[in-house]
Amino acid sequence: MLYRENGQFKTSYSADQQIFPILQDRIAMGLLLAVAFVAVPLLGSEYMFRAIFIPFLILSLAALGLNILVGYCGQISLGTGAFMAVGAYAAYNFQVRIEGMPVLLSMLLGGVCATAVGVVFGIPSLRIKGLYLAVATLAAQFFVDWAFLRIKWFTNDSASGSVSVANVNVFGLAIETPVAKYLFCLSFLIVFGLLAKNLVRSHIGREWMAIRDMDVAAAVIGIRPVHAKLSAFAVSSFIVGVAGALWGFVYLGSWEPAAFSIDRSFQLLFMVIIGGLGSIMGSFFGAAFIVLLPILLDQLLPALGSLVGLDFDTAVVSHVVSMIFGALIVFFLIAEPHGLARLWAVAKEKLRLWPFPH
Amino acid sequence: MGPFLETLIGGLMTGMLYSLVALGFVLIFKASGVFNFAQGAMVLFAALTMARFAQWIPQWTGLTDKLLVNLLAFGVAMVVMIGVAWLIERLVLGKLVNQEGITLLMATLGITYFLDGFGQTLFGSDIYKIDVGLPKDPIFLLEQTFQGGILVNQEDLAAAAIAAALVALLAAFFQYTSTGRALRAVADDHQAAQSIGIPLSRIWVIVWSVAGFVALVAGIIWGSKLGVQFSLSLVALKALPVVILGGLTSVPGAIIGGLIIGVGEKLSEVFIGPYFGGGIEIWFAYVLALLFLLVRPQGLFGEKIIDRV
Amino acid sequence: MKLKSLALAAALSAVALSTVLTAPAAYAQAKEQFFPLLPYRTGPFAPNGVPWANGFADYLKLVNAQGGMNGVKIIFEECETGYLTDKGVECYERLKGKHGGATMFQPLSTGITFALTEKAPADKIPLITAGYGRSESQDGGVFKWNFPLMGTYWVAADALTQVIGKKEGGLDKLKGKKIALVYHDSPYGKEPIPLLQERSKMHGFELQLLPVTSPGVEQKSTWLQIRQSKPDYVLLWGWGVMNSTALKEAVATGYPREKMYGVWWSGAEPDVKDVGDGAKGYNAVTMQHGAEPNSKIVKDILALVHGKGQGTGPKEEVGSVLYMRGAISAMLGVEGVKRAQERFGKGKVMTGEQTRWGLENLALDQKKLDALGFAGVMRPVSTSCVDHVGANWARVHTWDGAKWSFTSDWLQADEQIIKPMVKAAADKYAAEKKLTRRTPEDCQS
Repeated sequence: MLYRENGQFKTSYSADQQIFPILQDRIAMGLLLAVAFVAVPLLGSEYMFRAIFIPFLILSLAALGLNILVGYCGQISLGTGAFMAVGAYAAYNFQVRIEGMPVLLSMLLGGVCATAVGVVFGIPSLRIKGLYLAVATLAAQFFVDWAFLRIKWFTNDSASGSVSVANVNVFGLAIETPVAKYLFCLSFLIVFGLLAKNLVRSHIGREWMAIRDMDVAAAVIGIRPVHAKLSAFAVSSFIVGVAGALWGFVYLGSWEPAAFSIDRSFQLLFMVIIGGLGSIMGSFFGAAFIVLLPILLDQLLPALGSLVGLDFDTAVVSHVVSMIFGALIVFFLIAEPHGLARLWAVAKEKLRLWPFPH
Repeated sequence: MGPFLETLIGGLMTGMLYSLVALGFVLIFKASGVFNFAQGAMVLFAALTMARFAQWIPQWTGLTDKLLVNLLAFGVAMVVMIGVAWLIERLVLGKLVNQEGITLLMATLGITYFLDGFGQTLFGSDIYKIDVGLPKDPIFLLEQTFQGGILVNQEDLAAAAIAAALVALLAAFFQYTSTGRALRAVADDHQAAQSIGIPLSRIWVIVWSVAGFVALVAGIIWGSKLGVQFSLSLVALKALPVVILGGLTSVPGAIIGGLIIGVGEKLSEVFIGPYFGGGIEIWFAYVLALLFLLVRPQGLFGEKIIDRV
Repeated sequence: MKLKSLALAAALSAVALSTVLTAPAAYAQAKEQFFPLLPYRTGPFAPNGVPWANGFADYLKLVNAQGGMNGVKIIFEECETGYLTDKGVECYERLKGKHGGATMFQPLSTGITFALTEKAPADKIPLITAGYGRSESQDGGVFKWNFPLMGTYWVAADALTQVIGKKEGGLDKLKGKKIALVYHDSPYGKEPIPLLQERSKMHGFELQLLPVTSPGVEQKSTWLQIRQSKPDYVLLWGWGVMNSTALKEAVATGYPREKMYGVWWSGAEPDVKDVGDGAKGYNAVTMQHGAEPNSKIVKDILALVHGKGQGTGPKEEVGSVLYMRGAISAMLGVEGVKRAQERFGKGKVMTGEQTRWGLENLALDQKKLDALGFAGVMRPVSTSCVDHVGANWARVHTWDGAKWSFTSDWLQADEQIIKPMVKAAADKYAAEKKLTRRTPEDCQS
């Protein structure tokens, strides 16, 4: 009843091909953007910005990048943490070594460096497939971990190997307050989200999906696997690299290679799979799930415990959170193997028909 | 020459230990097509069960004979692992039949988190001891030929012998028993096996139990070397290059892959490492596996993936 | 049906989420001082993190049992970090505003310290990093909010060099010797390297650097290299599981444990208990205190805290090395607050800024320490505007198979070597961050 497209006629190709062809969708998106840009900064507390929104935004950007590689092109990669690290350290080096370098440019150049590394480590994908590729990308993860610990040039010869950035400002505006950081990350996410959505709707995206579904058949009909796979690695690594630069510059402020370890790679892969492979929306859902759930459980469990009169040791809480996390992942995979995005799509379909059942 | 031989022997023995863990991966992948990322967590869980029961049984029953206590603890741990296998099959695998590989992989990652948390909730996060009487002191061979002799770690030697025995046992099991044949049939083709009457869910419980047994043995050996604590589950990360080098579906591949990775790792760290500042072991193992894969994309002994278009 | 139940679950969790996140953050109780605690009771470093956290919590309970800080009671809350930097940052953000505001933070992790060093000045909360953290944060002129009280890694490395020199019969006898550093490949492990390199240049010994990838369970090749290069001494700079693994590998490769010297984070019971007799003869430098089961403070805690059933951990742990370190870290925080109260109002709750002043003007003489129960355990600590360490005494203790006992006299780290290095590193940090050194007027505030 509410979600019908009756009366919405398209009179031009561009209107027909827009991302949100249905008016209700556009209104909903507009409202969401208004809430995100206006309501949240006005109403959110500092803790929510620093600990929840900012990590959520940055990690959903990274999940977006990974989704392009894993969800749209079908190449399983466990080296995402490494590409984030490359983006962060490269941006740091550009920022520190070149006097007066704008932060925005450093981050984008950091992404470019991550692209180069991503393409190099993507070359094995031309020969190796499936789970073997997943483990092979771990080589990238561990190599990059080691490189940033050992090669002093990357960390500007700091004795401890830890680097830090301060005074992040864009076009003269300082990005110091939580609200400023939040808006900065949000802008990045919107721009890159739009970019990614359009890429996957274009012929490159279709090439990727063809390679994912049946790469031999794709090669037979003239899609060059080299081009498709390496471009997927390139685009994905660029987005992930920029996310890494954001993570280091905006969220952590000071980091060492352990911030981008294999646990980060697994976390991002979880986000992509729980959220939904091959879906831009899915990256956001997955990131929200994985970022919010541990924090929520961490705070909820002691509260529940005190209701029942039990005083939980933080170690026990931590272990129980781990158990619930694992159990929920399995539960979601059983309930909806195609991820939260599929649930969302099904919900939207039901809404199209509402109040009728079919 | 002496240092080289020493490193070589050390590498061979470490490789056997990696193969132990890799065997678990291969077994499960062969029979159910699932890449069990939870193998490391299973090693940890099995080792924790054994270590803690070895502590608790004397406290509860007053038995002091170490051999008896260890045997009892081993028995309890084995029963627990069979229980875990059964639960995993009922609650996870049974519901995810026919899903894509990556979904199953993620499910096993979820199981990893669950087992890690559950094990530490039940048993604690301290370092626990497993003492099965493996000798700790080194022996020095050929002291006349080489200055200082060639160091051979007795514990590793015993562990390598146990690993070899285990592999022989498993090979015999697969080859000569009817359950083994059924397992091989399921590994070949699930549907065909089901159509001739092989009960799939029971086979999967058996496979996961055998993998649990392998995990327990690996846990005892590694736990005896390193102490049983959360970081034991990270040993699985060292076994991954072994698995992909040897091929996900090959038991001999796990052994040979293990030996290659073990030797490659140790030789690279001791002789090439110093030029790079050290610490290159971990990524060298993966890069080595990667290089082998470029030549043989399914691992040395893995089954060729045949794509039908 | 499935969709409905999932939708219900989603709605419930949204409600739960909103209630939890908008829960009353700080119902500031007028007479309570909030001490946040960032321990790690899980993960590969838990065996060492747990006793420290228990000692910390028990000391705070003791202070409350004895009447608080001039009547002000302490309230503390734990937030598990697992030694991970991003979890540490999240815990910091969660706790910094609670219960009226955090008085100080003690992260017990060099990685988290680096991250919080950026944030604490903006939030005006001091960081106490007793025995760890950035070595250059000793310089209070640049690092206004960092307090590496009682010792930094350069102090430890210097003390170790002196001890080894003494064993050889003089620092000049170190010429031509080989010392290997087996270190955790992380900012923590790399900290001592500049000082050891400086000392190696001064005295002519060869320094062999052997990094061990975190978490440190894979050390076979490290020890094979040690066997082949035969260093005269091995310094161990590990944490958590890496320590016991190192000792086990030393046993397995036959390296004499008497020639091994660990930093004060590698010389505690969890590191050697597992190895038992195998670790006999292993030495470690101590940050003044060792295992102190007979000290007055331990007796007080057993009587007033554990005796009332309020102990945070097992009774057997009280008095162990890391337990004492946790208790001393808590004591330094409490004394900082009490010193601030002397200036800003006895019996009042202190803000972070006031506590910072207190920590910068600590004057714990032997009489005060003895009265607190640390007789024979600690030497006087006195900080100033430019010196945020306050003391640089150390001793060596050795494991005899069953317990730790002191095997050296008191010695002091050589400030002639450390001070210039600290100043240079602090200046570099200030230049990078575009900070200016504090003025003398600022020191008085």
